[in-house]
Amino acid sequence: METSEAELKVLMIASLGGDSGAYRALLGDLRLRLGAYFRRRLRRDADDIEDLVQDSLIAIHTRRETWDRDQALTPWVYAIARYKLIDHYRRTGRRVMVPLDDLPGELRTEDHSAAADARRDVTTVLDSLPERTRRLLHDLKVQELSVAETAARAGMSEGAVKVAAHRGLRTLMDRFAGGGASHDG
Amino acid sequence: MTDDLIDRLARDLKPVRPEAVRNRLVLAVAAGSIVAVAGVWLFLGPRSDLIRALTSMMFWMKLAYTVAFAVVGALCVERIARPTGRPGLRLAWLAAPVLLIGVATMVQIAKAPAGGVRTLVMGGSAALCPWLIATVSAPLFLALMWAMRSLAPTRLRLAGALTGLTAGGLAASIYSLHCGETGAPFVAIWYSLGILAPCVVGALTGPRLLRW
Repeated sequence: METSEAELKVLMIASLGGDSGAYRALLGDLRLRLGAYFRRRLRRDADDIEDLVQDSLIAIHTRRETWDRDQALTPWVYAIARYKLIDHYRRTGRRVMVPLDDLPGELRTEDHSAAADARRDVTTVLDSLPERTRRLLHDLKVQELSVAETAARAGMSEGAVKVAAHRGLRTLMDRFAGGGASHDG
Repeated sequence: MTDDLIDRLARDLKPVRPEAVRNRLVLAVAAGSIVAVAGVWLFLGPRSDLIRALTSMMFWMKLAYTVAFAVVGALCVERIARPTGRPGLRLAWLAAPVLLIGVATMVQIAKAPAGGVRTLVMGGSAALCPWLIATVSAPLFLALMWAMRSLAPTRLRLAGALTGLTAGGLAASIYSLHCGETGAPFVAIWYSLGILAPCVVGALTGPRLLRW
């Protein structure tokens, strides 16, 4: 994941020359960076984050000529991400970047449907796990990917994924039963 | 999902030239100018003394003033069309034509005979001039906005204003082929208003037209 700016720039220049292999590698890396960027700012909604990542990738693709080869690449990418994020706030009419749990109850006006509550709860609970376990459970249970797909994504064996997921679920159950994650709606 | 998307984008990849942004803007200026010149020529007609005017100082002065807006505007547009672009110091170059016309205005007014100042300011077409320039700017404005829509400005109001300014500068330059006014004060007021009109329209419509 830690590809340097210089390496990304090399990939981008090759991509602009028509090298689709380099382009695939570049977009694969940018996808992770964008995901991290939006997750840090939105926290909640996995769907929104995925949408924004895809929107940004499409914009990077269709507007790739606006990158100036004399300039660094990542500021250009993040400027696009930032524009898409602001556009997202504008569309959803939300400007606050405070996580909802930090707000007093009466300010939580957002989406009170049971499904949204459930998804929000799942995400909140998942947030309490270590990053790798969280991602595994998210892939398996929220995105409902197969064990094989999850393993491929994480670069782990299927057995390791099963064991890690099982442990993660155990941790969550213990925490729930013990009332460790106290958050009333 | 995202994997499929990356796959599709990679398959859609076509080479892009380094000067692609500039080419797109040049194409828009060319297309808009052709329509604007044709319109001025057909509906307004060239000034009757055009050939003689080519040797007059004021003709070139006027043209220099309006072309300066077009050039500075276009240079700023080329910057603001990019997500990280800021017009920065380029915008400050606008001071040059403004200063130039200011000095010319003062010289002409100082030298004017008694009662001649009004003619210098109002000429014979003051009421029409800004409106005609604004009208001539329409095809340029549309062509440049079209080009900008496929680029990636992130400050849409400023991008719209600069796009309008460029269209206005070009339109005023083309309009000067028709207009026989020779007063520097006339140009300083009425031409400037004509250039400003599409600039304001651009600032007002930019956030909507340029959204992506």
